[in-house]
Amino acid sequence: MNADALIQAVKDRFPQGVIASHCYRGDATVLLGREVLPEVARTLKTDPAFQMNFLMDLTAVDFSAFGTRPSPAFFNSSGVGMGPRPQIPDQDPWPGPPGPARFLVVYHFFSLPLKHRLRLEVPLDEADLEVDSLTSLWAGANWLEREVWDMFGIRFRGHPDLKRILMYEEFVGHPLRKDYPVNKRQPLIGPRN
Amino acid sequence: MFGDAGFLTSRIEEAIGWARKFSIFQYPFVTACCGMEYMATACSHYDVDRFGAGLPRFSPRQADVLFVVGTISHKMLPVLKRIYDQMAEPKWVVSFGVCTCTGGFYDNYATVMGIDTIMPVDVYIPGCPPRPEYVLDGLLKLQAKMQAQHSSGRRPEPEPRPEFE
Repeated sequence: MNADALIQAVKDRFPQGVIASHCYRGDATVLLGREVLPEVARTLKTDPAFQMNFLMDLTAVDFSAFGTRPSPAFFNSSGVGMGPRPQIPDQDPWPGPPGPARFLVVYHFFSLPLKHRLRLEVPLDEADLEVDSLTSLWAGANWLEREVWDMFGIRFRGHPDLKRILMYEEFVGHPLRKDYPVNKRQPLIGPRN
Repeated sequence: MFGDAGFLTSRIEEAIGWARKFSIFQYPFVTACCGMEYMATACSHYDVDRFGAGLPRFSPRQADVLFVVGTISHKMLPVLKRIYDQMAEPKWVVSFGVCTCTGGFYDNYATVMGIDTIMPVDVYIPGCPPRPEYVLDGLLKLQAKMQAQHSSGRRPEPEPRPEFE
């Protein structure tokens, strides 16, 4: 299935769960409510039309500082500012941050037999940072979800062992959140800054 | 007969220094991409064995020189400190690459701003990564330091560092 057909297929199966969708630069993306995520994920994996047997990536985005600073322009090797390459399809524009939600949990799926890929995005409010774990479907989600917990502080319901994976247990806070000071260190030994 | 620093004593000091500088048993603490350049230096093309440093020991008890090669994170730092403490005197520390010297271009939550915040460093070899010629130059400087050092191997206590809050 191509990108547009994938989006349409997901919309047809789950008309109540899909919040929005876009195809920015050719990547099929579907925004979902978190309550339908496990069901959608199971369908994507088991349905013969999708066969998404490979969870390529699972990460999160913090939009709390989005738009507060101008983004750097694209530069070529000589330092001259330039736009994105014209051969990248750009007719479906990026819709921007997901409204009032602070975080976006992002799932990238790929189908090895059918060679198509789909991105799921789940917006989360800061007050209730919890989403269902996908470890029962893809074992590889285990460490990825631990990383998201470590870096962003998003909890995964049903995860077998949700603890920090990159930082040490003594670390306080979640360093990839935009409100974490960019060079604040928490050394175990040695001088403190 | 020879006084406090007579002929025999100074000759022995010199001989010990000579023996030490040409039998460097190094402990490579390799954590990052600098390790590639370390391997290039240690292999036959640049041949660090010409300077008597061709035999890395992977036990800190048997090593003389701690080569800290690559970025050190705060999670790693207690391990490095423990390795350093396990080494027997006399011992020397070489800070290999700009990340171990100063933290390099990392200025974030994870990276140590130079290993000299917790241990005395004898030779700094900055560079990202340093070329093998640069490493050999650092090694020669370390040998000169070993030759000039008192035979007990003791070095003066490091200057106390200000505590930052």
